[in-house]
Amino acid sequence: MKQLKLAAVGVLSLTAATISHTAQADDLTLCWAAWDPANALVELSKDFEAESGHSMNFEFVPWPNFADRMLNELNSGGKLCDLLIGDSQWIGGGAENGHYVKLNDFFDAESISMDDFAPATVYAYSTWPKGSPNYYALPAMGDANGWFYRKDWFARDDIKAAYKEATGDELGEPKTQKELLQIAQFFQEREIDGKKVYGAAIFTERGSEGITMGVTSALYPWGFKYENTPGKYDMEGAVNSAEAVEALEFYKELYKTATPPGYTNSYMGESLDAFKSGQVAMAMNWFAFFPGLYADPDTGGDKIDFFVNPPQNQAGSTLGGQGISVVSYSEKKDASLEYIKWFANPDVQAKWWSMGGYSAHNAVLNSPTFKDSAPFAGDFLVAMDDVQDFWQEPAYAELLLAMQKRVHDFVVADKGTAQEALDLLIEDWTEVFEDEGKL
Amino acid sequence: MSDKTIDRVASATPARVARKVKGLSDRAIAWIFVGPTIFLLLAINIFPLIWTINLSFTNFKANRVNRAVEYIGLRNYERILTDGDIWLSMQATAHFLFWTLFFQVLLGFTLAWLINKKFRGNDMWTTIIVLPMMLSPAVVGNFWTFLYQPQIGLFNYVVSFFTGVDPSSFDMLGSVDLAPWSIVIVDTWMWTPFVMLICLAGLRSIPDYIYEAAEIDRASKLRQFFTITIPMVLPFLMLAVLFRGIENFKMFDLVVQLTGGGPGSVTEMASINLKREAFEKWRTGYSSAFAIILFVTVFGLASIYVKALNKVKER
Repeated sequence: MKQLKLAAVGVLSLTAATISHTAQADDLTLCWAAWDPANALVELSKDFEAESGHSMNFEFVPWPNFADRMLNELNSGGKLCDLLIGDSQWIGGGAENGHYVKLNDFFDAESISMDDFAPATVYAYSTWPKGSPNYYALPAMGDANGWFYRKDWFARDDIKAAYKEATGDELGEPKTQKELLQIAQFFQEREIDGKKVYGAAIFTERGSEGITMGVTSALYPWGFKYENTPGKYDMEGAVNSAEAVEALEFYKELYKTATPPGYTNSYMGESLDAFKSGQVAMAMNWFAFFPGLYADPDTGGDKIDFFVNPPQNQAGSTLGGQGISVVSYSEKKDASLEYIKWFANPDVQAKWWSMGGYSAHNAVLNSPTFKDSAPFAGDFLVAMDDVQDFWQEPAYAELLLAMQKRVHDFVVADKGTAQEALDLLIEDWTEVFEDEGKL
Repeated sequence: MSDKTIDRVASATPARVARKVKGLSDRAIAWIFVGPTIFLLLAINIFPLIWTINLSFTNFKANRVNRAVEYIGLRNYERILTDGDIWLSMQATAHFLFWTLFFQVLLGFTLAWLINKKFRGNDMWTTIIVLPMMLSPAVVGNFWTFLYQPQIGLFNYVVSFFTGVDPSSFDMLGSVDLAPWSIVIVDTWMWTPFVMLICLAGLRSIPDYIYEAAEIDRASKLRQFFTITIPMVLPFLMLAVLFRGIENFKMFDLVVQLTGGGPGSVTEMASINLKREAFEKWRTGYSSAFAIILFVTVFGLASIYVKALNKVKER
């Protein structure tokens, strides 16, 4: 009888424990773009599931539809995502429209300090208004637009000699944008191992953000500014400066003279395909893809190397990357905040980097072993020092689409001049800011 | 007890229901039947239309629900009608509409005329010809993107085979001059069978005795074609043009898949522009006005066309 009683008590205790545990366990959904780092995050998050008892679901949307899908979700007050790793440019809209939970109190309560993260990432991914101590996201994935190239081709004596003969220069990683163009033009339609290859794969996509991200990779090194005075929206003379015009003309020349045929609507996927198929000597893309590229059995390893977006008048790289936010419409905010707290842990951040995610935590970035931890790690640090981002205003989508149209019209569709394209862009942006009541 | 059908049906009605219905007039019963449909029509069609008209006079943005909504009169309409980019998208739509209708009518009627002849394998050829219209526009757009690819695309190789030009020397989807034609070609490939089927129905509805009478009167084949075939198929052909015209005015999926509106904005149809304004830029008031303008245009043109169609039918 006593044994029976003990067994009953045991079963009851076990049941009670299970119920109490189940009551606290939540099913969280994390939304992000569908790409390599997202797969790494799925693996990483298994540790969180084991530690917390919560279970994680993931909603990954391909990049071309990511903004459309997620901004629709936020604007409609959808409850699909508890956590969202949203693009840096969404932070203004996320904050002002009440889509993201403000994290200041939570950070204070949990002793999470933004000083522990790289300043550029905190500024770009977390704050609104820009640079103010109002945090709506934790830097989750540092990223910038960089370059990679066929190291094996660059090292070949016959190709080096041909380059020297054609240009008078030594073939190597380009030190300036103009040198990059020269190298790309050298490789354009050159026959290597019996196959015709091309200079460079760049971004020209029209529908989402592609060509803007590509063009700004030329604009920033030329010294492009969005405003003469930050916060004043005085764009005349900044957006259409002589340097900006020259940079836009440069990008068009790069597109016209050094890219594969039919490269009129290309973004990340097309750039990766062109490189992996041995079609191009160089390609631009986000650092996020570099671990996968390095691991590629055909074009990775010894055949590939990486470089930061070359400077021209100054250093400058286009910012990518995202912060992780708690969606204000979520009914599981506490569990979502638990995830943020776990993710901010330096050990988790170190594991995140080791799995292919780009941590923005200083403990990882400032580690003495970081630079040598991957062939692109040092370049990543250099790039993140000089990143610039697109407008992060609540009206960012309108601003982005206007730029997509104006630069695609000029670069790909040969419509008008660079000066006209940038003048029209100012008109479009002025109209947007007038509608917003900021001008 | 009577054995009439009506009595059997009446006696099958439960007494409780019969008592309730007994006091209702025919008109009331009619309303009971029609009411749900009218309610759905109002809820799904009429209310959104009125709401859209209302929004078109405001600066409302669906992604900024916290912002105060202001009535701005006809400002949205004024901006649209004076916006050069909108007119360019209307021109792109008109180009697409005209040439797709032209080729689809020409080829659709020709194919129907050929298929209408009695020959072996007639049914098999009909099935093969209608295959493209059974495919999803997304699928069609995707595989034509590959066909048009300058380096590996079959289309470029076929053109190269016949003309001798280098296949990678032209880019159907990326060239400003060729892109508008590339979407016309794909839509024509996909939807000509639809026009063909309607024309075929028209051709098969012409009684043989009319041709026999014409033969007796020694009318030539050409005369029979122009005085019997064309006039009797014309109402069918006009109907096909109406269906395809309305569809192509709203064309979205195929073009988005093929060119995304590019290069630049060369193939940006009005519907693509509208989608960008409404669901990417979130200018809800502005895009409502644009939608109303497009609606009035389609509705007006379709009404005129239907009147013309009725006149042709009456002849």
